[in-house]
Amino acid sequence: MKLARRDFLKSSAAIAAATAVGVAVPETLKAEAREAESGWTWDKAVCRFCGTGCGIMIATKDDKILAVKGDPLAPVNRGLNCIKGYFNAKIMYGADRLKKPLLRVDENGNFSKQGKFKAISWERAFDEMEKHMKSAMKELGPTGIGIFSSGQYTIMEGYAASKLMKAGFRSHNIDPNARHCMASAVVGFIQTFGIDEPAGNYDDMEITDTVVTWGANMAEMHPILWSRITENKLSHPERTKVVNLSTYTNRTSDLADIEIIFKPNTDLAIWNYIAHEIVYNHPESIDWDFVKKYTVFATGFVDIGYGMRTPDHPKFTDKEKETVKHEVAKKLTADEGKTLAYLGYKEGDVMEMKHRNKAVNHWIIQYEEFKKALKPYDLDTVAKIAKGDPEESIEDFKKKLKALADLYIENGRKVCSYWTMGFNQHTRGSWVNEQAYMVHLLLGKQSKPGDGAFSLTGQPSACGTAREVGTFAHRLPADMVVANAKHREISEKLWKVPAGTINPKVGSHLMKIHRDIEDGKIKFAWINVCNPYQNSANANHWIRAARQMDNFIVCSDAYPGISAKVSDLILPSAMIYEKWGAYGNAERRTQHWKQQVTPVGEAMPDVWQFVELSKRFKLKEVWGAQKVPGLKNGLPDVLEGAKAMGYSPEDTLYDVLFANQDAKKYAWPDPIGEGKINTEAGGDKRKVKGSDGKPFEGYGFFIHKYIWEEYRKFGTGNGHDLADFDTYHHCRGLKWPVVDGKETLWRFNSEYDVYAKKADVGPFAFYGKALKNMPQGSIAKPDMSKPKVDLKNKAKIFFRPYMEAPEVPDKEYPYWLCTGRVLEHWHSGTMTMRVPELYRAVPEALCYIHPKDAAEQGFTEGDLVWVESRRGRIKAHIETRGRNRVPRGLVYLPWFDEKVFVNKLCLDATCPMSKETDFKKCTVKISKA
Amino acid sequence: MTKDNWMKTIKYTILRRIIQLSFLLLFAGGNYFGWEILRGNYSSAIIADSLHLSDPYAVLQILVSGFIASSSVLLGALLIFLIYALIGGRMFCSWICPMNIITDIAFRMRRIFKIETEAKVSISRNLRYYILALSLIVSAVFGMAAFEIISPISMLHRAIVFGSGAGWAIVAVVFFVDLFVLKAGWCGHICPLGGFYSLIGKQAVIKVKHDKEKCTHCMDCFDVCVEEPVLDIVGKESDFIRGGACTNCGRCIEVCNDNAMKYSLKFDFKK
Amino acid sequence: MVSRRKVIQRVLEGAVFVGGGGLIWGKSINATTKADYVLRPPGALKEKDFLKACIKCGQCVEACPYDTLSLAEPGDGIANGTPFFEPRTIPCYLCTDIPCTDSCPSGALDLKKLTKEEEKPDIMNSKMGLAVIHKESCLAYWGIRCEACYRACPLIDKAITLDYEVNERTGKHAKLLPVVHSDVCTGCGVCEQACVAEKAAIFVLPLDKATGKVGDHYIKSWEKEDEKRIHEKVEKDDNDKDVKSAIDYLNDDDLIDD
Repeated sequence: MKLARRDFLKSSAAIAAATAVGVAVPETLKAEAREAESGWTWDKAVCRFCGTGCGIMIATKDDKILAVKGDPLAPVNRGLNCIKGYFNAKIMYGADRLKKPLLRVDENGNFSKQGKFKAISWERAFDEMEKHMKSAMKELGPTGIGIFSSGQYTIMEGYAASKLMKAGFRSHNIDPNARHCMASAVVGFIQTFGIDEPAGNYDDMEITDTVVTWGANMAEMHPILWSRITENKLSHPERTKVVNLSTYTNRTSDLADIEIIFKPNTDLAIWNYIAHEIVYNHPESIDWDFVKKYTVFATGFVDIGYGMRTPDHPKFTDKEKETVKHEVAKKLTADEGKTLAYLGYKEGDVMEMKHRNKAVNHWIIQYEEFKKALKPYDLDTVAKIAKGDPEESIEDFKKKLKALADLYIENGRKVCSYWTMGFNQHTRGSWVNEQAYMVHLLLGKQSKPGDGAFSLTGQPSACGTAREVGTFAHRLPADMVVANAKHREISEKLWKVPAGTINPKVGSHLMKIHRDIEDGKIKFAWINVCNPYQNSANANHWIRAARQMDNFIVCSDAYPGISAKVSDLILPSAMIYEKWGAYGNAERRTQHWKQQVTPVGEAMPDVWQFVELSKRFKLKEVWGAQKVPGLKNGLPDVLEGAKAMGYSPEDTLYDVLFANQDAKKYAWPDPIGEGKINTEAGGDKRKVKGSDGKPFEGYGFFIHKYIWEEYRKFGTGNGHDLADFDTYHHCRGLKWPVVDGKETLWRFNSEYDVYAKKADVGPFAFYGKALKNMPQGSIAKPDMSKPKVDLKNKAKIFFRPYMEAPEVPDKEYPYWLCTGRVLEHWHSGTMTMRVPELYRAVPEALCYIHPKDAAEQGFTEGDLVWVESRRGRIKAHIETRGRNRVPRGLVYLPWFDEKVFVNKLCLDATCPMSKETDFKKCTVKISKA
Repeated sequence: MTKDNWMKTIKYTILRRIIQLSFLLLFAGGNYFGWEILRGNYSSAIIADSLHLSDPYAVLQILVSGFIASSSVLLGALLIFLIYALIGGRMFCSWICPMNIITDIAFRMRRIFKIETEAKVSISRNLRYYILALSLIVSAVFGMAAFEIISPISMLHRAIVFGSGAGWAIVAVVFFVDLFVLKAGWCGHICPLGGFYSLIGKQAVIKVKHDKEKCTHCMDCFDVCVEEPVLDIVGKESDFIRGGACTNCGRCIEVCNDNAMKYSLKFDFKK
Repeated sequence: MVSRRKVIQRVLEGAVFVGGGGLIWGKSINATTKADYVLRPPGALKEKDFLKACIKCGQCVEACPYDTLSLAEPGDGIANGTPFFEPRTIPCYLCTDIPCTDSCPSGALDLKKLTKEEEKPDIMNSKMGLAVIHKESCLAYWGIRCEACYRACPLIDKAITLDYEVNERTGKHAKLLPVVHSDVCTGCGVCEQACVAEKAAIFVLPLDKATGKVGDHYIKSWEKEDEKRIHEKVEKDDNDKDVKSAIDYLNDDDLIDD
C-alpha cells in the first residue's frame, strides 16, 4: 500500500506541533518584551551549547529572561551566534520542564523499582539517596557508587562533585560524558606534550594559510568558528587552502578546495603517508633544529585490543561475540600485514592482544627506527588502503593525497589541522591524535601563530570543567592523576583532608561504570548534566541493567530524557542561567556568568544538590577503613588524621568540604553580585523546602567564589594559572595560563608564553610535566636495561601504525554506520528538540544512504527501514539526498533523536588508551520495515 | 404490525443505507487506512486501483469549461452515463448519494413533527433543470466546473472522508432548508446533479411499476415520495412510474400495503 | 395558450435568473478562487487550466504519504475542493515515485509536466512554486550561522547554494548566505518549513508571482541559448492610425503662445 509506506513520518508530521512541547516564551513575557526597553537589564553570559564558547548577553526583567543577543565584545563571536545560540532564551521554558523531585513508588508510596514516578519532597529525595548510597557502600565499599558527570557542568559543579566524590566518598567512579568526546585528545596531549589542551587559539583560524579538517564537520558542529575560517578563505582565496578529510561528504566540503573521502580508520594510514612523504621524499622539509632540540621519537604497543570486554562475559550474545572475540585475538588482514610488518607480522597471522593492560605504555626510539616503520606508507599503498569512495578513481584519490601532503610540506606555508569526534571517537583515537602532532612537530609547524594541530572541543566545558577540574576516574584538578602519590598528597593538602583519604586506585571510566552496573559492581549511580543512557554505545545492555537489576539510579536533569526514564529518582535541576557558573572553551578561555533568574518550580542548582547530599554523611561513615576491590588492604582509616586536623568523626562532609572556615571567608552578599540572585548562597524568593524539609535560606557564604578560589590554587604556578573570581566578571574570558593578569595566546612559544620563556631553552619549551621520564627501546618493545630518558621541555613524535577497526563490513552486515550531530540540535536533543523552531527545522534523525545502495536494496526515498547491528535494531527513514552524502557502503545516522535510538546499534569498543568509544564505526544491515 | 410487515416497510431503505454507507466507508478507508478498494469521491473514483469511474455531469462541466479531461476520466464518465441511462435511471440519488441520507432524515422529520406540508415558497421542481443549464453556462464563462465548487455532495464527502468542518456547515444548511423551508428542497428542486440524472435516466430499464387493480387509493405512497409528481398515474392506470425524476428509492413499494407497487424492468420507450 | 404577456414575463424571469443567478454564482466561484497565491501539488497544470481540470476527487490528497496536501474548504479562499499545500505546516517531501501526480484521474496533475524530453517523470522537475528569501528577516543575512533552509533543501547545493560574504562589522567572520536558484527550485517548501524565524524568512510563492519576464525583443549576447526566446511572429505594421496621429501632432499649432 502506497500509504502505509511512510506511515511513521506521516503520523509524526501530523503530530509535530503537539510533540514539540510548546516552548514558546510565555505570553506574559511577550507582552513585557513589547514594553519599553528601559526596564531591561543586560548581563553577559556564555552560550549553553558547544565548545566554541560564544559570548552572549541576556536581557532580564522581573526575574524572567526576555531575550538574548550575541555579545559584541566577545572575542570569539563578536555578537554573532548560530541558531542554537539564537534560542538560548527559550531553552529554559519548555512545557515539560522538571519542577519537582520524582521517585518510582508503589501504591503505598514506598520506593519500588517497578513503581511509577510520583512527585516527592526534596527531603524525601535525599532520604532515598542517602539510604541507597549507604547500602551500596556498605555492600561494595566506596566503589559501589558512581557518578555520570559532564563536560556541561559549570566549573563549580564539576569541582563540587569531584571533591565530594574523591575527597569525601573516596571513590573515583566519577567520569564525564567528555570521555565520549575528548578522552583521546587528552591522551594525545598528555603523551605528546605532558600537559592537556591545545597550544594555539582561535586566532590561528584567521592567520593560517591552510585549514585541514580531519573528522570534523566544522561547518555544522562549530558554526561560528567555521564562519571565521570561511572569512579567511574569502579574504585570501588564492593563498588559503581548505582540505576536508571525512568518511562522507558533509557541509564542510562546501568550502573545501580538496575533499578526501577515506575509508573508516584509514586516517591512521594517511597521516603516515604524509610523514612518509616528509621523511622519504622531502627530508629537507624537516625542521631539524626544532626536532632535535625539542622532540624525541617514541612508540608503543600495538596488540592492545579495542577496549571491549573479553568474549567470555556472560551477557554477550553470540552475535556480539563475533566482534568481541577480536578483543583477545585478531587475524590480520592484507593491509595490516603490510603496515605491521615492522613487528614481524604478516597477513593471516593471529595477533594475540597481549598488552591490553599496557596500552598507554610507550618508550623512546631512534629516528632511524621511526623512519623504517614509515616505510610501507608510500602513496600507492596508502591510496589503496584509504580510498573511501568506491566510485572515485584511484588516480584522482592519489592526486588529492599528494596535494594534501604538499600543503603540509610546503616551505613557509602555515598549516592548522583541526579535528573533533572523527579522531577522538576511534578505537585508535589516541594514536591518530598523536599522529597529527607527529607531522606538525616534524615540520616545526606547531605552537606558532597560524601553525599547529588543534583539537576542537565538542562540549561547552569539556576543557574548563571535565579536563581542567578533572572530573574523570583517573584525574585530579590541574592535570594531576590519582595514580600519582605526589598528586594525591597535593590534593589532600589543598582539600584539607587527612593524608591517605584519596583512593590511589583509578576509578571506572564512563563505559566501565555502565559495565560495572551490569556486573553488579556498582549499585548506586547519579547522572548529572548528561544523558548517558542515550549517549552510550550498545545501549540495550545498560538500559536493561539499570531497569532490571538491583540498583538505584538517580538523574538530575531539567527535562525528561532517556536517562531520566531509566532512573529511579529524578531531581529537577536549575539550568545554566538559573545559577552562577563558568565554562572553559576549546581555546583555554574561561568565561564566568552570574545567575540571571530564579530557577523554575522547585528546580535547584547541581552545586546545591552535591552540598546537600554531603550533609547526610558523617566522617565516621566514610573515612574509616574501606574495602576496595583490587586494592590490597583497602583504604586506610583516616579518622585519626582527621581528628589531628581538628575534625570530629561526627562532622559531616558538608562541614569539612564545603562549609569550612575557608568557605565562610567569602561572604554573601558580595559587591560583585550586587543586584543579582544567588540561590545557593542567599536562597531565593521561592524558599524551596530543602533537604531538611525546611525552607532553604542559603548557605550564607559565597560558595561559588570559595570553590573558584580554592580550585585555582591547584593550577597556580604550574602552567594552569587562572585569574581570581572577580576578574572574570569584568572581562570576556581569559585564556589560561593567566599570569600577572595576562592571558596566554600560544603556549610553549617563548614569545607568548611566560612559562616557555621561563624554561629558558630558546624559542620553544614543551614544559608539560607528565610522562617526561621515559624508558628507551626498539620499535617493538621497551628495553628496561637502558636508563630512562629525561624529556624536560620536550615533546614526543610518535610512530603509530595503521590497524583496522574491530568490526568491519561483511556479507551479513554490509554497511559501515557512522553517527554524529546536526547543527540544529544539541547532543541528545533534550533542550533543542523542545524549541519548536529547531524541532521543526530538523524533526527527525534520518538514515543517510547512497542512492545506488538504496536502489539496490529496493528502497524509495523516505522509506522506513530497519537498521540492524549485532547489538540491536532501530527504525529510521532513509535519505538519499540532503546535507550529508555518504559513499556506497556507508550510512550516517545522527544521534540527537531519542525516537531513532542509534546507540542501540553502536559498538562499545573504545580506544584502549583513552577509553573513548568509537561511535563512528560499526557495521549494520538494512531492510525494509 | 407483524415483524415481517415491519421489515417490509424498511427493507429497501436499509439496503440503500448499507450501500450508501459502504461507499462512504470505503472512501474513508481509502484516506485513513490506505485501502485501495475505492478511492476518490462521487465525482471521480477508482476501484481497486484499476477501474476509473466518473460523474458524467462533473465531466461535462469540465468539458464546457474548456478542458479535455484525460481519457480515463472520459471513459469512466461514459461508463457511469451508460449504467444510469440504460439500467439504473436516477438510482444514484437514492442508492449512492450520501446527501440523500441527510435529506431523507429532513423529509421524515417533517412528517413526524408535522412541519407544515404546504410549501412556504412555491418553487418549481423544474428549477433544477435551469440550474443545470446555468451551471454549464457558468462553467463555460468562468472556466471552472461551476457546480463542483459548491456541491454539498462533495462537501459532505469531504466532511466525512477528510474531516472538513466547513462541509458540515453546508450540509446543515441543506438540512434545515429541507426541514423548515421547502419540502424535498434540495433533492426535489435544486440539485442539478439530480436534474441531470432525471434527464438521462428517463428511459432506463429499472423502474417501479404500479398496479392500479390492487391500489386502494390510500395515498400512503404520496406521503413518502420525495418526487410526488412522478406518481401522477397512481390509482389511475397500471404502468411504470415513467417520470425521470423518480429515484427508484422504493419507499412507495415499502409503504404500499396493497402490493400495488413493485420493482420491474421496462423495455419500451414510451414517453 | 400562454398569453403574450406571460411569455414576456417568462423571458424576463429567465433573463434575471440566468443573468443574476449566473453572475452571483460566477462571482462566488471567483471569490473563493481569489487567492491565487496557492501552491498546487507537483505536476499541476497552470492555475487557470488546473481549475478547469481538477475534478476535486481528493485522490492526490489520499495518495500523499506525508499529509502534505489538503482539499480547500469554503473560507480557505481557494477554489473549494481543490488540493493545495502550505509548506510552513507540511511541505512537499518530493517522493521519488510521485504518488499524488500519479493518482490524478483528470489530468489536472500531469506526469508529463514532470518529464523532460524522453526521460521518466522526475519529481525534481516539479515547479510547484519558487522559494523567495526576505533578506531583512533572514538570520543568515544578519550573520547568524543558520542556513537551516539550505541544509533542509532536498536539492541542496543546486536549488539553494551558499554565497560567502565577509562580515564587515566583526571583520573576522563570514556570512554564509542562502541563495535560491529559480531554475532548479521545485517549490517543495521544505526550506520554508525549516526556517527558524518566527514567520518564515524564506517562503514559496506560486511561480508566476515570484518571477519576472524580460521582453522577447532583447537577447543576451553572451548566451547562445537565450535566442530561443525570440518570437518569430512579426506584427504587421499597416496601422494607419499611427500615421494619422503623427500628422495630427504636426498639424497641432500650439508652439506660439497666445
